[in-house]
Amino acid sequence: MLQILMDEFMEGMSYIAFIPLFPLLGALISYLVGLRFRWVSGWIASLASCLSFWAVYCVYSSLPEGEIFKVNLFTWMDVGGLKANFSFAFDALSAVMCLVVTGVGSLIHIYSISYMAQDKSKHRYFAYLNLFLFSMLLLVLGANFLVLFIGWEGVGLCSYLLIGFWFENLEFAKAGRKAFIVNRIGDAGFLLAIFLAFYTFNTIDFSEISAKIANYKDISLYVPVLTAIALCLFVGATGKSAQIPLYVWLPDAMAGPTPVSALIHAATMVTAGVYMMARTNFIFDHAPVAMATVSAIGCLTALLAATIAIAQYDIKKVLAYSTVSQLGFMFMAAGAGAYWVAIFHLVTHAFFKACLFLCSGSVIHACHHEQDMRKMGGLASKMPITFATYLVATFAISGIAPLSGYYSKHAILSAFGKNPYTGAWASFLGSVASFTALLTAFYMTRSLCLTFLGRYRGHHHPHESPILMTLPLVVLAGSAAVAGFWGGELYEYLTEAIPSNGYHFHYEMLGEAFGHSLPSLGAIVLAFVLYTRLDFIVAAVARTLPAITSALRNKYYIDEIYGRFVVEPLKGLSYYLWRGVDQMVIDGAVNGTATVAGLTAEMLRAVQNGRILSYAMIMAFGVVLVLIFGGLFGWAFG
Amino acid sequence: MVEAIKIILERHLLSAVIFTPLLGVLWLYFIPGGSERQKLYRGITFLWSLLVFILSLLVLIRFKPSNTGFQLVENSIWIDAFNVRYAVGVDGISIFLVLLTTFLMPIVILASHSVSKSLRGYLANMLLLESAMLGTFLAMDLFLFYLFWELMLFPMYFLIGIWGGPRRIYATLKFVLYTVFGSVLMLVAIFYVVYVHYKEFGEVSFLISDLLQTVFRYRTECILFLAFGIAFAIKVPIFPFHTWLPDAHVEAPTGGSVVLAGVLLKMGLYGFIRFGFPLFPRASEYFTPLLAVLAVVGIIYGALVAWAQSDIKKLVAYSSVSHLGYCVLGFVALNSISTTGSIVQMLNHGISTGALFLLVGVLYDRRHTREIKEYGGLASRLPIYAFFFLVFTLSSIALPLTNGFVGEFLILMGSFSTMPVYVAFAVLGVILGAIYMLTLYLKVMFGKIDEKKNGALSDVTRGEIATFVPLLFMVFYIGIYPQWIISVIKPSVDHYVSWMEERRSILVMPKYAGKSGEKKAFSVSFERGTGESGADVVDALSIKGM
Repeated sequence: MLQILMDEFMEGMSYIAFIPLFPLLGALISYLVGLRFRWVSGWIASLASCLSFWAVYCVYSSLPEGEIFKVNLFTWMDVGGLKANFSFAFDALSAVMCLVVTGVGSLIHIYSISYMAQDKSKHRYFAYLNLFLFSMLLLVLGANFLVLFIGWEGVGLCSYLLIGFWFENLEFAKAGRKAFIVNRIGDAGFLLAIFLAFYTFNTIDFSEISAKIANYKDISLYVPVLTAIALCLFVGATGKSAQIPLYVWLPDAMAGPTPVSALIHAATMVTAGVYMMARTNFIFDHAPVAMATVSAIGCLTALLAATIAIAQYDIKKVLAYSTVSQLGFMFMAAGAGAYWVAIFHLVTHAFFKACLFLCSGSVIHACHHEQDMRKMGGLASKMPITFATYLVATFAISGIAPLSGYYSKHAILSAFGKNPYTGAWASFLGSVASFTALLTAFYMTRSLCLTFLGRYRGHHHPHESPILMTLPLVVLAGSAAVAGFWGGELYEYLTEAIPSNGYHFHYEMLGEAFGHSLPSLGAIVLAFVLYTRLDFIVAAVARTLPAITSALRNKYYIDEIYGRFVVEPLKGLSYYLWRGVDQMVIDGAVNGTATVAGLTAEMLRAVQNGRILSYAMIMAFGVVLVLIFGGLFGWAFG
Repeated sequence: MVEAIKIILERHLLSAVIFTPLLGVLWLYFIPGGSERQKLYRGITFLWSLLVFILSLLVLIRFKPSNTGFQLVENSIWIDAFNVRYAVGVDGISIFLVLLTTFLMPIVILASHSVSKSLRGYLANMLLLESAMLGTFLAMDLFLFYLFWELMLFPMYFLIGIWGGPRRIYATLKFVLYTVFGSVLMLVAIFYVVYVHYKEFGEVSFLISDLLQTVFRYRTECILFLAFGIAFAIKVPIFPFHTWLPDAHVEAPTGGSVVLAGVLLKMGLYGFIRFGFPLFPRASEYFTPLLAVLAVVGIIYGALVAWAQSDIKKLVAYSSVSHLGYCVLGFVALNSISTTGSIVQMLNHGISTGALFLLVGVLYDRRHTREIKEYGGLASRLPIYAFFFLVFTLSSIALPLTNGFVGEFLILMGSFSTMPVYVAFAVLGVILGAIYMLTLYLKVMFGKIDEKKNGALSDVTRGEIATFVPLLFMVFYIGIYPQWIISVIKPSVDHYVSWMEERRSILVMPKYAGKSGEKKAFSVSFERGTGESGADVVDALSIKGM
């Protein structure tokens, strides 16, 4: 038996099942062993994650150019035309995603060993973290809508569990609930998309749907339904990937442990919507209205989140809004049909945003769980490694050549500027996007200055974090610095699986690239000067424009507006339905019937009074009743 | 003796399944009484119910899924004068409902340790209830079905009325009157159906396979369907006939709630798919929009009202209204995917809602209150309990890889092809389900323990864990590998769906009759032309029973 299994798995293809299997086993083992030996669970979970990375690498390196590995594990549901297999597909797109998920995931697991060392229920933490990897890998490996959806909801569950990991704090637990429910709104849209897709194509398998669309003689007949499917899918994406109008859960999700924010709420899970769009490009490509919507929403979200990020003082909130904004950039690329560019930015963003979050974790760790940047400052000298990596990541996200962020963001901006779907608006939206890119540089530098420069404003004695934490920082910062150089290779590799739609990778001379990043550099310098030398100007501006300042600081009151106009009316409705409809109307009718029956009995007792006349009267009345009833009966049955 | 048992197992297996619990009641009666024998009663009854479960597994083993008709049939004359038959049989639609019943019963009996008042009577009522429920699922004769249907009422009446909470009298009366109101309508309708059948074929029969041949006048059919439908709708319950359910649940003892939610709420749905729809194919088609609207309203309404509850049991009760709305939607959409989904969802609801009531029972045993605000922060004090609660919560909100998802997904996916607009609204239930269940979980489990009494709570005992583990297994078994169960259900469902479609296409709707010449010619071409008193319809296909 074992021999057969081994033989099976020696072929590169069969490693695919191992990719999600390792974290699943890791979750179980690290929890069970951790019940007795807490310290072991982190190492087991990290090992599982690394093994999964190794499995991904094995499959990746045995994948021939332009091929798809397919593995069908078992039939999940087979009923009345619906054939849903539990099957995986591994192509260039899933390869890139898997490498990022397991690679960054492994680093964050290792970082967590040290970060969570003092936590008394860390076995639970590591089990959830492994479970997250499992779900995320299902999501990116799924060969059909249903397996993708399993992962899609699975990562939502893990996100819920990890945001509310410190559930004794009710606010944290509420943030977890909010994340799940807001995601569920998106998931409902996703479900409708699956139903529509099945209804239209009679299959839910990606490659079959793609083949069917390719074979349609007159595709224009299908444009309306494809647009509907694409829009429903995008509703799902706005939930998972935190776009307008469903982005509100992500900033609250920062309640979770910081490594979780790095892995789930920055590098991997929140990019699922972008991945899903790239995966279903054959639908979106034929839905111009949906593409225009995606472009507009992405652009608007990027701008909105970037403006909010400028005014936040919680270091994790800045990074959270920055994530929302960067996801907006990815959707801009996807909305222009430049799927590979979106994935490119997804990869570089995974590096620098994970690095930024882990740096903030290192800082928070050092400052005894202080997250307010007003109580930080001057940490550069006390935490040199953290500072250096934060600096590199900040320059990367700001788009300064030759760091990776420049290449991916520049590719997005140039693609978005000639977006075929937005027509006359293309250049306007393009300039909004460019302006947002400058804002990115500004608010990131602001957070850098407030945290690391100037003098220390807190009351603790911050010190550099241990090596288990700084090592992942260095690896991530290094990746964030150089990943852009492989942009050309990535383009070649990804376009085997997803169409390039005419967007190519532009090789540039270093000097030229540096020239392009001068505006961002200007924004960095401006922020640096404002927040280190001339901070009285910032204070003066805030004083003179109190309305704008408080609107930004309070996130445009979006949460309050949702609460006032959505949550509370719904809650009121549910209470009214219970007290009003259920108890008054329905139960009133039921109990009323009983009361009437009782009263009738009382009255009828009075009728038996021994007087012949009243008996005769009743008899006559009875005859009339019988006649009426008989007539009705005859009409009904006759 | 051995020979006799062998014969019974070979030829009367279904009867053995139905009546073994009843035999258990005798057992209990003859064991001498005394309060010190509580453990003995529970042990014996537990083993006895386990025996019933094993017998029902035997049914599953002998069952051939590829065969679409009734199997393991026993059919003999019972009341000669009216040709009432003792006819029982099982098919793909009923087999897992039977198994659900026998599977839940040992768990319920295991969970009866908190019953102190007259345990013997409690257990006897449970066994009696089990017999009645199994009989209802297995009866092929309408009279027999009605008998078992009514027989379920008595033990439930006593279970709530004697072992229930403070407002048990109001709750029992409401439950019984509601149900009897529907049953009486159904009884009259049953006799009328048999009467029409007699007029048409010249023989009295209550056998469902005979009655399915009957053709009614359209208007008659609609009224008869209403009579059956109201009886079933009350039992499901479908909005707006549901208000007995929260009261009955709140007052019922834990075991009673589990059986009520787990099995009794399936009776109405089973009635619809076994009798209501097939007997009256055109009427059910006519009422499809109404039923679909009520189903969707039930899904959303039940979820919203559940959100407003402050009593845990009431919340779970209203969530049942929402979940059963999905089942109704799947049945009225009438295609293989949605109908299979509805049957799977019936099992799922029995498993996860049953488990939720057990979980509430655990808290009630310790704190004697079901008010949500009395709790909070339990997860840190009762981690194992919190784990089980989480799993069944997720199953209830239909997370993929738990059983709940399989049912809900199949129902919505299947229904979408015939009624997309209804599904678009029903999907809201997916969101609302997460809202009320996670809010419940948040309020009970998360935060700090601020109530002193909660600080002293003990985690679940081994006995309690033993009741959750089988249910937990089923949650993941159906969630991860539903195909086996689907493959057993599917042939019968496919047969049912195609039969219904065929029947609806043959029997002419009155609006076509007379207007369209084509249809008229169609109806003339059949040999046996007249339904009851020169009816507008014909049925010439010899349809061999369902």
